[in-house]
Amino acid sequence: MRDIVGPMQRTPLHDKHVELGGRMVEFAGFEMPLHYQGGINHEHLAVRGGAGLFDVSHMGEIRVVGPEATSFMQYATLNDPGRLKVGRGQYNMLPNDRGGLVDDLYVYREADDDYLVVANAANTVAVFDHLKRLVDGREAHVLNESDRWSLLALQGPNSALILGRLLSDDLTDLKRNATLSAQLSGVPIKVSRTGYTGEDGFEIFCRPIDAAAVWDVLAAAGVTPCGLGSRDTLRLEAGFPLFGHELDESTNPLCTDFAWVVKDKPFHGREAMWQPSCRRRLAGVRMTERGIPRLGYKVVSEAGDTIGEVSSGTLSPLTRECIGFAWVDAEHAAEGAAVCVEIRGRPVPAEIVKPPFYKS
Amino acid sequence: MNTPEELRYAKSHEWTRIEGDGSVTIGITDYAQDQLGDVVFVELPAVGSNVEQGEQVAVIESVKTASDIYAPVAGEITAINNDLDAKPETINESPYEAGWLFKLVPVNAAELDALLDAASYLGSVAEE
Repeated sequence: MRDIVGPMQRTPLHDKHVELGGRMVEFAGFEMPLHYQGGINHEHLAVRGGAGLFDVSHMGEIRVVGPEATSFMQYATLNDPGRLKVGRGQYNMLPNDRGGLVDDLYVYREADDDYLVVANAANTVAVFDHLKRLVDGREAHVLNESDRWSLLALQGPNSALILGRLLSDDLTDLKRNATLSAQLSGVPIKVSRTGYTGEDGFEIFCRPIDAAAVWDVLAAAGVTPCGLGSRDTLRLEAGFPLFGHELDESTNPLCTDFAWVVKDKPFHGREAMWQPSCRRRLAGVRMTERGIPRLGYKVVSEAGDTIGEVSSGTLSPLTRECIGFAWVDAEHAAEGAAVCVEIRGRPVPAEIVKPPFYKS
Repeated sequence: MNTPEELRYAKSHEWTRIEGDGSVTIGITDYAQDQLGDVVFVELPAVGSNVEQGEQVAVIESVKTASDIYAPVAGEITAINNDLDAKPETINESPYEAGWLFKLVPVNAAELDALLDAASYLGSVAEE
């Protein structure tokens, strides 16, 4: 936990988090709740067993719009947003020109020539600056709309039932990655069937002035407020990467199980990224003896040589296994390989596994 | 935040209870367990080992982080709380009673006297 220093940004739900007894911490320049009174484990289990509610308003929203928006998005990102139907979204990544990444993000196609990009909070400015630079000379505009949106994530097996009851619209036919516009207690919202937990769930976009009202309606329906701590344990269990840990400016997605995002087409930085020999690969790690792998811990071979580094790790509140991700030398990264993680100077046995660590 | 008056404290958030037989029982404070979050593992010292004041003798690992625990006074470790192996969350639930960490026989009475009382400990926490 870092000390809170300097002026931090707050989301419109800040007072609610404090009212609910949130343990407030700094994250990407925002003051956010790590967890509430129940604790990280409790919140994690609430999402897996029922429904949890996250304030993710700190994330960034960037609009790319104009006659050349589609060709630009096809060039600027690794996946194929141009193949999306209007009203659909996709997981995507923004390449830099050095064979690495600016961010991983979601892209929604709101109209033929109108895309909404949702970026990690820590990278909003970098993503905006990058896209603005890259769009130069094209008939398209890049607009930072982060101040115009609040975002809440409702996640868990009960979320469709709960949200469906509250909306004027039926959710049964809303497919994963699809969006719809609706009214929630008279408040206009946009809902996408997406999430970062591995459960069914919905991300709810609304105006910042309406965020508190949306939160209240969902909380009154019995949803458990959840903080960033459980957001991290849930995504890890579900096998999702976190930018700044599994992915960064120097990582090549072709060396991970997310290589499917990279499409065979012209894109910014392709020459630097395409078909590298991967010195290291991103692998899942499951400890076979007690110990929590953490960011920066060395992965060592049974012979004692350093063969990798942990990028994320935790003790799963659900399965009670100690799990994580690590970048491991390609020749040692095979599924089932026996390795060790150096924890406080001691090599603790583990094995390489293929995420996810849990499936809903 | 619960900080019992009858105990003595170190700035590093260990509490010390002086038992009738002259030994001391040591654990971490309510403030410390709250900061740590859900405890998942505890590494305790070996019974019979001799420790110096301020020496790192245990590790408490929570979901969030691992925290070093220091001996508030020097002495010989005479007992460790084996129940914490199966139920580490006892430290969160009962930091001053069932969640005790280890006991030792102190070798220096002056070190015991120099420990903080509840008010002084709370003062040092406020300055953190």
